[in-house]
Amino acid sequence: MSLIAAGVHSATLPDNCLVRNDWVCPLYVETRSDVLLGALGQHLYLVLVSLAVGVVLAVPLAVLAHRVKRARGLTLGVTTVIYTIPSLALFILLLPMTGLTSTTVVIALALYSLTILVRNILVGLDGVDPEVRDAAAGMGLSSWRTLWRVEAPLALPSAMAGLRVAAVSTVALATVGAIIGQGGLGNLITTGYSSNFNAQVLTASLLCVVLAVVFDLLLLGAQRLATPWRRGQR
Amino acid sequence: MDWLTGIPAWFADPANWRGDAGVPTLFVQHLGYSAASLGLACLVALPVGVWLGHTGRGGVLAQQIGNAGRAVPVLALLGILLLVPGFGRTWWTLILCFTLFAVPPVLTNTFTGMREVDRGAVDAATGMGMSASEVLRRVELPLATPMIMNGVRQAAVQVVATTSIAAIFAFGGLGRIITRATGSAGIDLSAALAGTLLIAAFALAVEYGLAWAGRRADPVARARRAARKRSGRVGSSGGAGAVTTS
Repeated sequence: MSLIAAGVHSATLPDNCLVRNDWVCPLYVETRSDVLLGALGQHLYLVLVSLAVGVVLAVPLAVLAHRVKRARGLTLGVTTVIYTIPSLALFILLLPMTGLTSTTVVIALALYSLTILVRNILVGLDGVDPEVRDAAAGMGLSSWRTLWRVEAPLALPSAMAGLRVAAVSTVALATVGAIIGQGGLGNLITTGYSSNFNAQVLTASLLCVVLAVVFDLLLLGAQRLATPWRRGQR
Repeated sequence: MDWLTGIPAWFADPANWRGDAGVPTLFVQHLGYSAASLGLACLVALPVGVWLGHTGRGGVLAQQIGNAGRAVPVLALLGILLLVPGFGRTWWTLILCFTLFAVPPVLTNTFTGMREVDRGAVDAATGMGMSASEVLRRVELPLATPMIMNGVRQAAVQVVATTSIAAIFAFGGLGRIITRATGSAGIDLSAALAGTLLIAAFALAVEYGLAWAGRRADPVARARRAARKRSGRVGSSGGAGAVTTS
């Protein structure tokens, strides 16, 4: 098609995957490793901080919802509303408070993970056999000790399943933070897209998926370690 | 606090309601993309989910598709597909992408709903002499309806959110109001927040509208309501649904 053009260009431009705009380009990874690592670092920061905030808030909320009937309806109602609001909208909704900072993204992502976690912890607590609870009371355990020693371990598998879903979807959702320039790998995807830079879009996208899978496997491992009594089942 | 007073002013400005970039046009675009993708996804995922659930095969596949759907960022898939020659920047690419994200919730929920139908009920129906297709139509599908509708609702909310994100790639829909207001020149906070309110309201209307439709469509709940009406008792219960992985 463009033999002449290629002939002209070969004199001025080196022929490599960056120039050809290939999707898979090792040279891109080599030459832009600092940019990639920076974006990956921000992505990790967004995910880890928002998951941590989500867990810290979700546990007491779920326990409260489990014990107080009125708090239960309120918690479920509010979390449903939060989860329904699209990420693009939620990021913008927080702008007046926190501005164009990564805090905006962290708060939004923490709210989403909080929603998933509260529901799963609540399902786990609800699933505890009432007879087990009675037995704990009969053995003289206080209500808080029952929670810590009996209910928490039994609710752990459901809670961990929720944490895995929250982690995987937070990794994916963090990219949308690019709308305010704070999306970690998402920034590379949007800037790569607008400049038709194929290698950057594909590399950042693949890194996102790999990151999600790594989080999932790490949490699966943690779940196995934390619930040794379930090993061998299923 | 200028941005706060700017929001009603934005809604009051007739310029925001007219033409190609007006709210009605953007809303129709948003609704059209979402409805087309959700319809396509249901067309694919409902029969497959029902069949897999009915036969009990492919459970791992149905779960894995659900997990994969969560792990792939919308932004990534959309960015890649729009750059791939052959797909390109067409609305077909958009609808294909949205459909891919709507399939997993419908598929996994339909499969789970079909699998969780009480085996005793299926055995009883078979014992009463129902054929396999009668068991499917008159026992399994009605009992699986709440879960199936749950999946359709999740998919619908997902599609509305995904369609908003498409505006980052300069497509239409309500997200356009937000992306238009956020540029390198700074942010028009009032306009962005007005767009946010519209998107959030749309998503919530879809969530609660389909939740209501799901309750209406559930044959078991309908029979219970009828029975309650006859005996004159009123009551309801709500539970938390777990978000699962496997």
